[in-house]
Amino acid sequence: MRKLFAPLLIVTAGMFAYAPIVIANTRYESTMFLVQKIFYFHFASWMAWAAAIGVCGVASAFYLFRGSPAGDRLAVAGAELAVLFGAFGLVSGSLWGRKAWGVWWQWDARLTMALMAELIFVSYLLVRKYGGPGAEKLAAGMGIFGAATTPFIYKSVDWWRTIHPQTSVVRKLGDGTVPDMYFAMLYCSVAFLLLFASLLTIRMQLEGRRAELDRLYLALEDPS
Amino acid sequence: MTFAKAAFLVLKKDFTIEVKSGEIVYTTLFFAVSCVLIFAIAFVKEGQPVEGAGAGILWIAVLFAGNLALGRTFERERYGETVRALLLAPAPRAAIYVGKLLGIVLLLLAAECLLVPMVAFLFHAPLFSRPLMLTAILSLGTLGFASVGTLFAAMLVRSRTRDVMLPILLYPITVPVIIAGVLGTSALLQSPVDEPMAQLWIWMLVSFDAVFVTLALWTFEPLMTE
Amino acid sequence: MTVPLDFDAVRLADVSRHFGRRRALSHISLEARRGDILGLLGPNGAGKSTLIGMLATLVAPTSGDVRYGGRSARELGPPLRRQIGLLAHELHLYTELTARQNLTFFSNLYGLDPRPTVELALERAGLADRADEDVVGFSRGMRQRLALERALLHAPRLVLFDEPFTGLDDKAVGLVSARLRRLAADGAIVVLATHDLDLADGLVTRVAVVQSGRLVSDEPASAGLRERYRSLVGTA
Repeated sequence: MRKLFAPLLIVTAGMFAYAPIVIANTRYESTMFLVQKIFYFHFASWMAWAAAIGVCGVASAFYLFRGSPAGDRLAVAGAELAVLFGAFGLVSGSLWGRKAWGVWWQWDARLTMALMAELIFVSYLLVRKYGGPGAEKLAAGMGIFGAATTPFIYKSVDWWRTIHPQTSVVRKLGDGTVPDMYFAMLYCSVAFLLLFASLLTIRMQLEGRRAELDRLYLALEDPS
Repeated sequence: MTFAKAAFLVLKKDFTIEVKSGEIVYTTLFFAVSCVLIFAIAFVKEGQPVEGAGAGILWIAVLFAGNLALGRTFERERYGETVRALLLAPAPRAAIYVGKLLGIVLLLLAAECLLVPMVAFLFHAPLFSRPLMLTAILSLGTLGFASVGTLFAAMLVRSRTRDVMLPILLYPITVPVIIAGVLGTSALLQSPVDEPMAQLWIWMLVSFDAVFVTLALWTFEPLMTE
Repeated sequence: MTVPLDFDAVRLADVSRHFGRRRALSHISLEARRGDILGLLGPNGAGKSTLIGMLATLVAPTSGDVRYGGRSARELGPPLRRQIGLLAHELHLYTELTARQNLTFFSNLYGLDPRPTVELALERAGLADRADEDVVGFSRGMRQRLALERALLHAPRLVLFDEPFTGLDDKAVGLVSARLRRLAADGAIVVLATHDLDLADGLVTRVAVVQSGRLVSDEPASAGLRERYRSLVGTA
């Protein structure tokens, strides 16, 4: 993983540098024109958010059932990135909504659900901070349940009539009529996922250092 | 000591304690009723209840009362640390979870028996048009909420900040239950009754319950050992 | 018919437990056999309660393992707990229930026939005439006696006592000590954690001194316990 990190960082940076060009080259969407282009980053950040949640859930399970301390570190890294990318998605969505619908916030199902799911991972971080001794285990429980409930939250949205354009837009893009938009969407999603991977790696290394420090403190007291 | 027997013993013990003092039952029911009345004040405009408010109010009352009941049930195990004694029983530890879960579900169902007629009466909500479907939505939703709630209340039992943390952790996770419950009940309140919609939400609740009861059974023991 | 689970000794092998940066236990290796009354001595915060928790399968070690007759708790599963009895400071009683109801519940939970077991336990606790009163009205001494019987209802092989003498009057202390001796004589493994040296003196057969999570000494009990303890731990 160490060896891959530098190239990962370079590729991510490169993709982001080139992204504006990719986006500029897409055609205008018929109703929203330039404003619609925020979609490429907005959607991509939700992809990264989903990845973060998945990582947090699986890592929490590893920590809870196998006692793996690496699992705990990965879980907290995943949760922090879920909060980060979720916040980005909510803010970009809000900005887009302001321009497209005229309001900063709509009690639209999709946005509300995203906010709820975001709350779950903010609670994860709160539990770690204020849960007292044994907080890592409580947080792991929260991580597993949070990751498990997110698809249900997503599904409830799908079944609730909504004005949010996203579901239909993504499907429409996939049918081959607008290859440049589809490509831009994929490109940005990949860029965000690589960004997620980079940040995750950095965060994991930070947690690893902290664990090492704990180990040294403990070893200091050992006579052997 | 089989799983089922241990769960039943825990349930019976809680029931015995409740029968003597009635503390949790009375306070929960009273709280649920006052919830509904408070919402009545907020949602009645010029003497007429707001259209379609019945479903939401019913579920909010159930969820708030449930949160309270969960806290109180485990408070009982915290005093004297009887949680440890239960964990030391020679039965699968998840049986303790099931016993507690059944207790909470029964309590909330009892509250709902009181709340449904009350909401129907106060809010002119035709909740009795499809009794079977309503029962399905209420019981499945209650089970879903209680399954996560019992687990979280148990894992927080030794935490200092338990009272605050329980709702913070519980409500976001049970959002699908809240949505499905409210929308499913609303579907039953439309005229004509929107049956396919209600059925859709019933299926959502069934899958949520299946997933989360299973998850809770798996994670109970690791979460309860330090 | 399967042989009921039983063991002759419980062993902690290089057990450590830390909470983040705080070390609770450090490389503890200890063994207790049938007939032993092992005294876990040490100042407050030394890690005695964590050790008891580990022996009771309520706390997991971060390294090392606990073996019951050579097998781990995970291998043995729930039936292991049939052979473990714990009496801690908190007493583990439901104050809203009567003495009889408490004992009946736990008898049933351990798969015992409630009526004879409960009657015997009530007699031993000297509470036969107060059996149908709620525990909330009992004095500390009465609760302690009830809690003692509750912990021993199922005649466990491994008996764990964590500070059982707190708040007891002289007579009660004598009763508890006599009970411990009888248990050990009948072949139980008794582990007693306490910071009360005078009570431990003359009662325990082995002494393990724990300080700041480390095992400072593990030796048979001898006369002059207090002096020996002081020399190991200091008077701090």
